[in-house]
Amino acid sequence: MSHSKALLIDTTLCIGCNACQDACKQQNQLAEGEEKKLSASAYTALEEHDGIYVRRMCQHCVDPTCASVCPVHAFTKTPEGPVIYDESKCIGCRYCIQACPFQVPRYEWGSTYPKVQKCIFCYSRVSKGLQTACAEACPTGATKFGDRDELLKEAYTRIGAEPGKYVNKVYGVQEVGGTSILYLSSVPFEQLGFKTQLESTALPMLTWNALSKVPSVVSVGGVLLYGIWWITNRRMEIQRLERRQQSQQTGE
Amino acid sequence: MKRIISLMTFWKIIGVCILLAGAVATTIRFTKGLGASTNLSDEFPWGIWIGFDILCGVGLAAGGFTLVAIVHIFNIKRFEPILRPTILTAFLGYLLVIVALMFDLGRPLQIWHAIIMWNPHSVMFEVAWCVMLYTTVLALEFSPVLLEKFGMPRLLKAIRHISPVLIIVGVILSTLHQSSLGSLYLIVPEKLYALWYSPYLPVFFYLSAISVGCAMIIFESILSARVFHKGLELPLLVDIVRFGMVILAVLLTAKISDLASRNALHLLFLPRPETYFYWLEIGIGILLPLIILGFPKVRTSRGGLFTGSILVILGFIFNRLNISITGMEAWAGISYFPSWMEIMVTLAIVTAGFFIFSAAAKHLPLFSHEELPHSAGKKIDLNEDLRQVSQLTTLETGYAALTRE
Repeated sequence: MSHSKALLIDTTLCIGCNACQDACKQQNQLAEGEEKKLSASAYTALEEHDGIYVRRMCQHCVDPTCASVCPVHAFTKTPEGPVIYDESKCIGCRYCIQACPFQVPRYEWGSTYPKVQKCIFCYSRVSKGLQTACAEACPTGATKFGDRDELLKEAYTRIGAEPGKYVNKVYGVQEVGGTSILYLSSVPFEQLGFKTQLESTALPMLTWNALSKVPSVVSVGGVLLYGIWWITNRRMEIQRLERRQQSQQTGE
Repeated sequence: MKRIISLMTFWKIIGVCILLAGAVATTIRFTKGLGASTNLSDEFPWGIWIGFDILCGVGLAAGGFTLVAIVHIFNIKRFEPILRPTILTAFLGYLLVIVALMFDLGRPLQIWHAIIMWNPHSVMFEVAWCVMLYTTVLALEFSPVLLEKFGMPRLLKAIRHISPVLIIVGVILSTLHQSSLGSLYLIVPEKLYALWYSPYLPVFFYLSAISVGCAMIIFESILSARVFHKGLELPLLVDIVRFGMVILAVLLTAKISDLASRNALHLLFLPRPETYFYWLEIGIGILLPLIILGFPKVRTSRGGLFTGSILVILGFIFNRLNISITGMEAWAGISYFPSWMEIMVTLAIVTAGFFIFSAAAKHLPLFSHEELPHSAGKKIDLNEDLRQVSQLTTLETGYAALTRE
């Protein structure tokens, strides 16, 4: 994951100009107009918490829950970092929406042929070595694009340089196993609506613990059931044979 | 007699009304989309079509694999008379679950994608495959009824030849996906309320499926006996209820010790809506049936058995709806109640199931084998064939040795 790309979002630098959403909508050909919440036509949105602006968007988890739960593998975590979505595979079960720990994916509820909508980290640009549209548009550097390792280093440098300005935490380092979107904040993250209760293990491990037992259920269960069936049937067969022998003997 | 007929007509008229309303709801669903027909949203993406139609539907069909295992694997042949109607219910149940899925999926015509686009890390993928395969197994397990009816002895023989394999595969597939429906919720540790979220969800789903399977066998047998005037095998049902009670008791113990191990026992007494719903589920579905069926007099009476089974079924439905709806609301921050269209589609699917079952009961050899013209004199005994198969294979040498002695 060393060259995996990431975004560092420094909420202390954000002025709430909405340039990121505008650029995003243009890049991804989404319906124009400012939106305050994530929606099927807004991959990113600015939330205001007591004068502090927070950009919401897909966190591009290192081990994404959506990619793990999707039965048809419509989501892929690319080596470059983006978690992308293949609309043509999707069957519309909405398990991704149900399972995402950050409540990010949105559905086109009004459509008769709906798809899931979420930030795809400008995959077409990133795979060509360009930065995301939002990072390019950001006038203050509140959203910065780069390698995840380097951005992490920079985040800690910023905290170290101004310990009074920042809380001593980079959100996204270890949440559900780490994400490709990293946040810095001047106030505790829960005050900005972040989910701070998330475990540091990736959620897909929880279901994998159960799923990995499938082969043993099949093999042990199969042998056990066959064994029981074999024994019970053999017992009946022996009983029948004995009865036959007895009746033969009494017949003689 | 006249009263019974008019009562039946009354229910039929109600049924037809439900089907008509369901047809209207279906039209809206497929012409206007999920948003226009349901109360689902990005905050609450799974409603009663998942919570009731799928989770309860699959669970209530668990009578099929439970009874098949009892009769064919544990070889307790006394239960054979109720096997066929139970397999039919399970088969219909799974077909209707698939129908419900077509309503719920955003792109139903791409449902087949799961066959070729694999993701073995997805619980949903496993469920999809198990449901596909098990529905096929149920179709084959049920096929002898049709093959007898239409007189196709050669196919019948072929099916009987593979039946031991079918039976074992069917029980394993059921074990896998009944528990996997619980595993679906393992991925939402923060979202599902702590009274329900447990690493043992798959185990609880499996145990409760078996217990509700027993309850469904009893419920259906008593109902069929009343409606179709078939003889009731009461002593059989008493044995089934005993088995079901053991499973319920194990489930209760497991649930309590799980709460204790997660330090969540205090949640049982918090004044929150979740607490009341949890107590309703446990009270109606486990405690009350265990208490009333604990009395031998109740357990051996038709009324007692019927009441007990209905309680277990209701408690089961409560459990699945609690997990899929009640337990998810607090985190989502919104309350969900299904739209009339979601309700009508659900009712219409259940009604269709009743209609198909009663048509089958009227026209197919479900309840007793003797009524059949082709099998006159020769009782259909699946077990006889199993024995023949086993003789041909592994047992042959053993028997040879035995008989020589």
